[in-house]
Amino acid sequence: MSLYLLAVALAAVSGLPGLVLRRRGGEVAAGLMGLAAVLGIAAAVRVLAGGAAGRLMLPAAPLGSPGLLVLDPIAAWFLMPVLLLSACGAVFGLGYWGERPGARLLRLVFGGLTASLALLVAAAHPLVFLLGWEGMAIAAFLLVMAEDRKAETRRAGWIYLVATHTGTLCLFAAFGVLAAQGAGAFAVLPRGFAASGSGTAVFVLCLLAFGFKAGVMPLHLWLPPAHAAAPSHVSALMSGVLIKMGILGLVRLLSWIPDPPLWWGAVLLCLGALSGILGVAFALGQHDLKRLLAYHSIENIGIILLGLGLGTLGKSLGHPVLQVLGYAGALLHVLNHSLFKGLLFLSAGSVAHATGTRNLDSLGGLGHRMPWTSGAFLAGAWAICGLPPLNGFVSEWFLYLGSFRALALSRWPWSVGVLAALVLIGALALACFAKAFGAVFLGLARTPAAEGVHESPRSMLVPMGVLVLACALIGLAPALVAPALDRVVGALGPPAAAGLPALSGLAGLSLLSLLALAFLGLALVLGLWLRPRRQAAALPTWDCGYAAPSARMQYTASSFADGPVSGLRWVLLPRIHRGKVRGLFPGPAHFERHVPDPVLDRAADPALRLSVRGLSLLRFAQGGQLPVYLLYVLLTLLTLLVWMVV
Amino acid sequence: MSPDLLIALIMLTNFTLVATSRINKAIQVAVVQGVLLGLMPIAMGLGHHAHILFMVAAAIAVKGWLIPFLLRRALRHVQIHREIDPYIGYTVSLLLCAAGTGLSLVLAHNLPLKAGTTPTYLVPAALATLFTGFLVLVSRRKALTQVVGYLVLENGIYLFGLLLVEDMPVLVETGILLDLFVGVFVMGIVINHIRTAFDSTDTRHLAELKD
Repeated sequence: MSLYLLAVALAAVSGLPGLVLRRRGGEVAAGLMGLAAVLGIAAAVRVLAGGAAGRLMLPAAPLGSPGLLVLDPIAAWFLMPVLLLSACGAVFGLGYWGERPGARLLRLVFGGLTASLALLVAAAHPLVFLLGWEGMAIAAFLLVMAEDRKAETRRAGWIYLVATHTGTLCLFAAFGVLAAQGAGAFAVLPRGFAASGSGTAVFVLCLLAFGFKAGVMPLHLWLPPAHAAAPSHVSALMSGVLIKMGILGLVRLLSWIPDPPLWWGAVLLCLGALSGILGVAFALGQHDLKRLLAYHSIENIGIILLGLGLGTLGKSLGHPVLQVLGYAGALLHVLNHSLFKGLLFLSAGSVAHATGTRNLDSLGGLGHRMPWTSGAFLAGAWAICGLPPLNGFVSEWFLYLGSFRALALSRWPWSVGVLAALVLIGALALACFAKAFGAVFLGLARTPAAEGVHESPRSMLVPMGVLVLACALIGLAPALVAPALDRVVGALGPPAAAGLPALSGLAGLSLLSLLALAFLGLALVLGLWLRPRRQAAALPTWDCGYAAPSARMQYTASSFADGPVSGLRWVLLPRIHRGKVRGLFPGPAHFERHVPDPVLDRAADPALRLSVRGLSLLRFAQGGQLPVYLLYVLLTLLTLLVWMVV
Repeated sequence: MSPDLLIALIMLTNFTLVATSRINKAIQVAVVQGVLLGLMPIAMGLGHHAHILFMVAAAIAVKGWLIPFLLRRALRHVQIHREIDPYIGYTVSLLLCAAGTGLSLVLAHNLPLKAGTTPTYLVPAALATLFTGFLVLVSRRKALTQVVGYLVLENGIYLFGLLLVEDMPVLVETGILLDLFVGVFVMGIVINHIRTAFDSTDTRHLAELKD
């Protein structure tokens, strides 16, 4: 526990020396963050390896009920990606952000965000949880606003702030309902509570609160603009860890409920399938590399929810196998997604740093000039598509196994739906990353910006390398994390049932490792065998004899993704602007296709515009006179007092 | 000294504050009220706890010396002596203050409080002081007077906090810290910034900042 507290303190103060040091403040911050990561991960690993959970308790008097911070297996599991990604992000920021104006403040707030996240995962009292939650929300808002001179960034920041506070409001209400029932949060609730009316209210409020944070499909509106606007190492932390705090909240809720009703699992499954499929479908239509990755975060949250839904169904129906496979898949995917999505955002940041643009159609051909970045991006893309032998495959493997088991157990239609959703998500993700990788790293440079680039400095490549290694480690040796997963799943299960089956017996993990190694060996042999004997000459692509090929005659990102996007146009509703092509020798024409966000651009924005028109009638109340505002406070206070007494 | 006497004196300071037009006198009244408040825990017979004695000393030091010192310095700095042309005149303010005091007696009588050893008039006095602070905040134009109003409001909250002083001394002590915070921050920000921005401490100018 002291290791954990030391890690939190180090992360919190990591930006402070930089405020007074004239030089090297970034290096000091990164060093402190690295130290925090080593200490905190050591504490987490000790708990996950079976050590006693660390506790820091306060007496009940000031807080209403006892409890402060508990480093139990769930907290330890979520703590690992928090600290790993923060340390990687802090090191990456050295080269990426450098000493631009505002760098000191950025480092300070980055440390604050890490500390809030680390406190949040171990919170064992509603007050501590809310403190961590708000600290996280506000620090992230400040980080998104790092480049607040751009109008686009300011818009993204405000949307994020509104969304996160709407979620927090629901969270307050949820804790309020729990407290009103006399059921203290952060303790196992009595049986029968979940099926009652207030249990339903708590579940719905938690879904809203945590759904906003996690970016579950209809509530994801803040996610793509904020991830695109933030500096890349911040996007990595937000996408990798911050949105997972929504999942942490759901996991905590499920761990307090011994008997979830059947429909909870069904709702989680439906939301998961919706987020997963729509997330990846909208990712296909994006032109901005970081927006594309942001939509993939929504997709992966969907996959995690599918796992949580399966596990919850298993818990309600009393099928321990289903429960273990579903929860283990979801939890492992939480870790995996933070690793590979952090990796992808860092490589996208490396691309943006080198070229100054994130637009897929302005890039191209970077693979030759930035081999390490392109390798890292490829590894991340490989993992996120769920291909063996990297880590994304392992967690999706658990989910596939879980839904097959469910099919064998009771022949529900649900499990067929889960299987179909998983397959569809996997296939579309593969198409999307083929598009992204191809447009950025293969072919020829489309603009001068993409032509004269250099590989990023080592301080940016090393964090990416660390994440690639972590992805490969989990992919090649999943048996290493299985005992830890068993403990976390055990913390989620009903407290009395000690007899949950172990994961290694269910999923054939050693066989998986063997197959992965064999696959890797085969690939290596094939690669060596097929390697060209002589240095190949660099020639243009065969262009059917056309005399003057240029870089513009390549597939663009839009044309590559045209098949799936046109096929899904009844969902995506793309906006197309194009010139007419007439006659035999047509003049220049243009073609543009945007896929606007279904919630933000099609629903929330018009609705808000409309409500602004109505609400402007109320502007007389904002007179700008301070005493009048104070009078409002006084009148409210009086009304409340009188109402309370009479 | 009985607590009821102190409470009566505190209520009297409320009325004096509302009726005064000189800023210097308003600060003086706030000092007197601060010292009276500081003595409250002793009058309530809690003087045998060491940390409560410490709290008394801290409250008197902050409310009776530090904040008035800062206020007087600001007063010398801005060279204003009277509150001219307040939003609500002095007679009406006095009547409103009386109405507020009456209302707080009624409210406190009906508030569902735990029956205990607290002096009978502590809660009405807390509410009345709170209302008076609000009244000064709402009705005066000069930033300095508004700060005094805020301090009196804060005093009301402190009085209410005394209900809890035996159970949660930390909470009440944090309240004193909040006073200090306000003293420094409100003064620094409101007074100096309005003056540098508008060349006056009249808060009317803040209306120009509205969206």
